[in-house]
Amino acid sequence: MLSIHTVRKLRDYVLDVTLSVRPGETLVLIGENGSGKSTVLNLISGILTPDAGEVTLGDRTLFSSERKINIPPENRKIGHLFQSYALFPHMTVAENVAFGLRCRKVPKAGIADAVAEQLSTMHLDDLSDVNVGRLSGGQRQRVALARALVLDPELLLLDEPLAAVDMRAQAPMRKELHDQIRNAGIPCIVVTHTLRDALELGDRLCLLEEGRVVADGTPGEVLSMRENGFIESFTG
Amino acid sequence: MSGSQTVLRRAVLTLLTAALLALFLLFITLPVASLFLKISPEAFLSSLTEPVVLDALSLSFVTAMVSTVIVVLFGTPLALVNARYDYRGRELVDTLTDLPIVLPPAVAGLALLMAFGRRGVVGQYLDLFGIQIGFTTLAVVMAQVFVASPFYIRQARASFEAVDRLYEDAARTLGASPGTVALRITIPLAWGGLVSGAILSFARALGEFGATIMFAGNFQGKTQTMPLAIYTTMQGDMNAAISLSIILVVISFAVISAVKIVTRRKY
Repeated sequence: MLSIHTVRKLRDYVLDVTLSVRPGETLVLIGENGSGKSTVLNLISGILTPDAGEVTLGDRTLFSSERKINIPPENRKIGHLFQSYALFPHMTVAENVAFGLRCRKVPKAGIADAVAEQLSTMHLDDLSDVNVGRLSGGQRQRVALARALVLDPELLLLDEPLAAVDMRAQAPMRKELHDQIRNAGIPCIVVTHTLRDALELGDRLCLLEEGRVVADGTPGEVLSMRENGFIESFTG
Repeated sequence: MSGSQTVLRRAVLTLLTAALLALFLLFITLPVASLFLKISPEAFLSSLTEPVVLDALSLSFVTAMVSTVIVVLFGTPLALVNARYDYRGRELVDTLTDLPIVLPPAVAGLALLMAFGRRGVVGQYLDLFGIQIGFTTLAVVMAQVFVASPFYIRQARASFEAVDRLYEDAARTLGASPGTVALRITIPLAWGGLVSGAILSFARALGEFGATIMFAGNFQGKTQTMPLAIYTTMQGDMNAAISLSIILVVISFAVISAVKIVTRRKY
């Protein structure tokens, strides 16, 4: 279970978000550009620090302004996928996937096995020694996901996971991603601006406006709020 | 009417630019070429065996190498911190590290002497322990570090700034500590710029003259680097001076080519 309450002053407004996500549940964050969706992910994974609030994951407190706790990102056990995937350009596919394990000082043989297994479940075996610069959008997305999942994260944060994937490949990739999230059985937050992602990936939908949650419910509930301008354009 | 005028104007402009370019290139290449024209290959080769030339060559290479290593060791963390962290006084640190670029070398030499010379601010205490820096090979290295460090630090900082922070953020979420991020992500991604900065710094150290002669003196085999040896030998043995100059020209050419090769972007 992930519970967050975070406050942070941004340039144009104060972001103040309270959310919780159950294990195995996927929460989809929607909202205008600049509504603070990616910022919420950064505040959870520790890349940004809230001005105030609390972030707990399972029985671990990751951040608490009151108790002066701030676990650094490297110890949070959160898989964070960035919109552009941020694959390390000076490494091969396998080296990218091995990166986190090497940081955790896993023995060499263990790394090789874990990487090989992860690459094979994600159908990336053939690309193991390829430099990431040569990959397609869909392949990059899979490598980024493999790089995060190989570490058995306790939470998955996906920022526009399909935005860099070919239009044609998006439907099968979305299904694959849906299965991966289900199999992981951990809380997951997906940021997206496409209706398909919201409908097919989300158990719950959350609408953000200028750093505040203005709607939170099942996709059906939230998407029926036709009086909201964003929802109208989102579903239209 | 206006069409032919434009053509004419463009032709005149092209001609003028070409003439300016040719004149300037001639101004640069003619003196360099003259070095090669004023010495026979035999005289060049025979002066390469003269002790004054050999001493200067080896001293220059050893000191420039050592000073480059020192600059890289101290300059890399400094450049990384200044590229990534905003702290009070960062502008001041930047200005101070850049200072040797604009400071006349003679001033740098005198300043080093006033600090580390026998009666210098620090030197007088070192002297009590029998430690003397002025007019030693160490002084040569210190003079080189002083004048050459900005060439590396500036380039290193710019290369670190060019690394997308997203890679560093991603590495953190994957379990890398800030130190690991620097070693495994930031430095490898900035590598080309770091190497070219180190090469430029090495070249500047190799060419150091003013600060060295004031702070380290001009003793063959001990502090007489190539530029100092050129200055000294040209008063008697012009062939030795020209030979040393030719070696420095060749090195300069190699340095520029090396920098061009390593800075070709890979990613």
